[in-house]
Amino acid sequence: MTNFLHYAWLIPSLPLLGFLINGLLRNKLSKTVSGGIGSAVILASFLLSLYFFVQVKNGNTYTAHYFDFISVGQFSIPFAFQIDQLSSLFLLIITGVGFLIHVYSTAYMHHETAPHFARYFAYLNLFVFSMLLLVMGANYVVMFMGWEGVGLCSYLLIGYWFKNNDYNNAAKKAFVMNRIGDLGFLVAVFWMMQVFGTVDYAGVFKQLPGSIPTSAIVGITLCLFVGAMGKSAQIPLYTWLPDAMAGPTPVSALIHAATMVTAGIYMIARSNVLYALAPTTMTVVALVGLATALLAATIALRQNDIKKVLAYSTVSQLGYMFLGLGVGAFTGAVFHVMTHAFFKALLFLGAGSVIHAMHHEQDMRHYGGLKKYLPITHFTMLIGCLAIAGIPPLSGFFSKDEILIHAFAANPLYYVAGIAGALMTAFYMFRLYTMTFLGSHRGHNHDEKPHESPLAMTVPLMVLAALAVGAGFLGIPELFAHQAHLLQSFLHPIFEKGESIMASYSHHQHPSHNVEWALLAGSVGLIVIVIFFAIRKFSKFTISTGQPSKFAQLLEGKWYVDELYDAVIVKPLLRFGGFLNTVIEKSGIDKAVNGIGKFVQYSSRQMRLLQSGNVGNYVLIMVVALIIIIRIILYN
Amino acid sequence: MPIHYYIYQACVLFSIGVAGVLTRRNAIIIFMCIELMLNSVNLLLVAFSKLHYARAVAAGAAPTTGTEAQLFVFFIMVVAAAEVSVGLAIIVMMYRNVHNVDINFLNRLKH
Amino acid sequence: MNLTQVLFWLLSAVAVFSAIMVITRKNPVFSVLYLIITFFAISGHYILMNAQFLAIVNIIVYAGAIMVLFLFVLMLMNLNKESEPQKNKYMLWSGAIAGGMLMLVMIHALQTDVPEKINSIGAGDIGLIKNLGLTLFRDYVVPFELSSILFLSAMVGAVIIGKKE
Repeated sequence: MTNFLHYAWLIPSLPLLGFLINGLLRNKLSKTVSGGIGSAVILASFLLSLYFFVQVKNGNTYTAHYFDFISVGQFSIPFAFQIDQLSSLFLLIITGVGFLIHVYSTAYMHHETAPHFARYFAYLNLFVFSMLLLVMGANYVVMFMGWEGVGLCSYLLIGYWFKNNDYNNAAKKAFVMNRIGDLGFLVAVFWMMQVFGTVDYAGVFKQLPGSIPTSAIVGITLCLFVGAMGKSAQIPLYTWLPDAMAGPTPVSALIHAATMVTAGIYMIARSNVLYALAPTTMTVVALVGLATALLAATIALRQNDIKKVLAYSTVSQLGYMFLGLGVGAFTGAVFHVMTHAFFKALLFLGAGSVIHAMHHEQDMRHYGGLKKYLPITHFTMLIGCLAIAGIPPLSGFFSKDEILIHAFAANPLYYVAGIAGALMTAFYMFRLYTMTFLGSHRGHNHDEKPHESPLAMTVPLMVLAALAVGAGFLGIPELFAHQAHLLQSFLHPIFEKGESIMASYSHHQHPSHNVEWALLAGSVGLIVIVIFFAIRKFSKFTISTGQPSKFAQLLEGKWYVDELYDAVIVKPLLRFGGFLNTVIEKSGIDKAVNGIGKFVQYSSRQMRLLQSGNVGNYVLIMVVALIIIIRIILYN
Repeated sequence: MPIHYYIYQACVLFSIGVAGVLTRRNAIIIFMCIELMLNSVNLLLVAFSKLHYARAVAAGAAPTTGTEAQLFVFFIMVVAAAEVSVGLAIIVMMYRNVHNVDINFLNRLKH
Repeated sequence: MNLTQVLFWLLSAVAVFSAIMVITRKNPVFSVLYLIITFFAISGHYILMNAQFLAIVNIIVYAGAIMVLFLFVLMLMNLNKESEPQKNKYMLWSGAIAGGMLMLVMIHALQTDVPEKINSIGAGDIGLIKNLGLTLFRDYVVPFELSSILFLSAMVGAVIIGKKE
């Protein structure tokens, strides 16, 4: 046994095994068995990941080369896994949160029939497998395989209830939007092959900074970012994520917290050296992230569907992560991915618990006063809301603060906009909290009281709540304690090169401790004020029949971005398709094909008349032919 | 006389024969046009016979060159005579059947 | 312009004119008569080219026997009236044009840049019956005898076809 890290293939193959068992034997297995298998393989992966993480923590990183995936001439793409600080951290997040979601799902999905239940777990396992592949790959091609895999699984899971056509449309939308992004990723990979001659992380970063022209790097990074836009739901490709709520709630939790949407962040963090060399792209990333954060936050202010609010909050938080990446806070972004994974999974699973209790009612206007019926859910959700709002000392505070401080260093305007987004976040999260748990119950049927969810659902909630509280202490800023940012020192080997490159050209002054204190105190104060305002405003919420203001309508309509896309892209495409169908296909190609047939028929009918049986005609034709033949023979 | 005058003469006669075949419907006249065409070819053959004879004499060769062409004309006449006898018999036969010699009545070929 | 040339042009003009008359006359009897004139003109050409035997045979066989046969058939069937129905006009024109085109093409094709002269009257004796007869019976005996069989079969054929049912 040379190095136990060589057995890294076990981590993704366990979920794959679970997928195969559940997928192939779905008609044979009982619900308990399939749920058990689905969860157990993830748990095993998690334990392995934990072991690997400890190994990596002790400075034992490893690149496991298994076989050559593609080998053409001098160029080869190995199938290799890379176990280092970044991937081991993501492994922990994916398998850890993934395991909790699996356990939660066994209860949440219990009303499904056994084959569909097994199908659900098969997809879930495949999803985790793809994400693991994405994270563990040692080159961009293996990452792309996982990248495509999560796209496929998101399609399968969003369209899990395939009998509902709206859900199918949402699934298709997610798939198509992801494909647009994937194209960008693919172009970037090809470009990379051409420029660097390799797609290995190590091979690519080794050549940097070097003689590679900046224009090529900017192009590659922009294409990669297009891929990230699709996967991580940034403007303009974010609209699929709210629609992805069509899937079962744990799936939303999985997509939003542990897998899929963090892929874009992971990819950019992984490529930090490339991005550091392309300041233009960094600015684009920061601006797109900021714009997404603000846009999604405004939309979330007026949504009534509990899952939609959470979905837009995810888009918004992803925007923060990209802002962090864009201003060079790679550690901050990854930190936020981690804390966000905890509290967003917590919020989604909590929302799932509420929906479960309310018999699949998702409209918050019909909630209210659930505090006394769902004590555990209420408490954990409160923690989640506080965490996402950024109340110290919960995890969201630390991670968001780190990003915002870096943004302030890069450009104070970023900071102002970021704080505005954070305030909106606090507002809509506590709007959600208040409308759901406080006030009086506004449910339809008062006879049947909502009841607390079973243990399989509440235990994951409690675990996640604990993580949401505690995870922040991994990244205590320099401000509070010296050398206490554990995550930063842990990830230092990954981001060292990128950060040093960035430091070489940017002269951002890290704000002094006094300024930082002031900013922190100010933002926390504002957030607390907003929270109380939100609780006050919505605790006496009644369903109003009045006409909302124009601006509120605009927010409720999600800025009509979907309608805009529909009008600008979908409709013209459909019209173009119709044009191709009616004009090119029917009256062009079909007409041509039929025309040839008709021409042959017609001309043969006309030619038939030549065979009049009249000798004179024959002779005439013979003479004409003779003239032509003589003409040809004697003059050539 | 230059040889090409005879060639032109024969071509003109032949073409008149062809035009006659194409434009007339009376089977007998068409037959006569065919005879005209045969004769134009005969004329050409005799002219060429003389041409070769003149060349042979000029080159000092045997003075019998060219007899073959004239014999060919002779045989053409033989064949034409035989053909006319059979052809006219056919026309008579046709007239007896359809009481006409218009070749447009002979459109049975398409059946 | 010597006598030979005068005769050539005269005979040519007569031959072409009467050939045109052959195909334009409505009455087939006139056609036959004009055709006989054409044959005479061609025989004149033969004599000009010192092919006396062929000239005589032409007159005897064609102008004499064959054309008489034609006339005979015409008279027998009472076709000497101008009874031919008006032909399709397009057919008429296309026939004339096709014939004219054929003529132009052939003349153009057979044009020679260096015209060679051929001797006319009195030059050479290959056209004499003696020479032709010698060649015919020395070298072409078999075809000659075969032509007699041809005649026999043609005669039998004509009789069988012409016979009433």
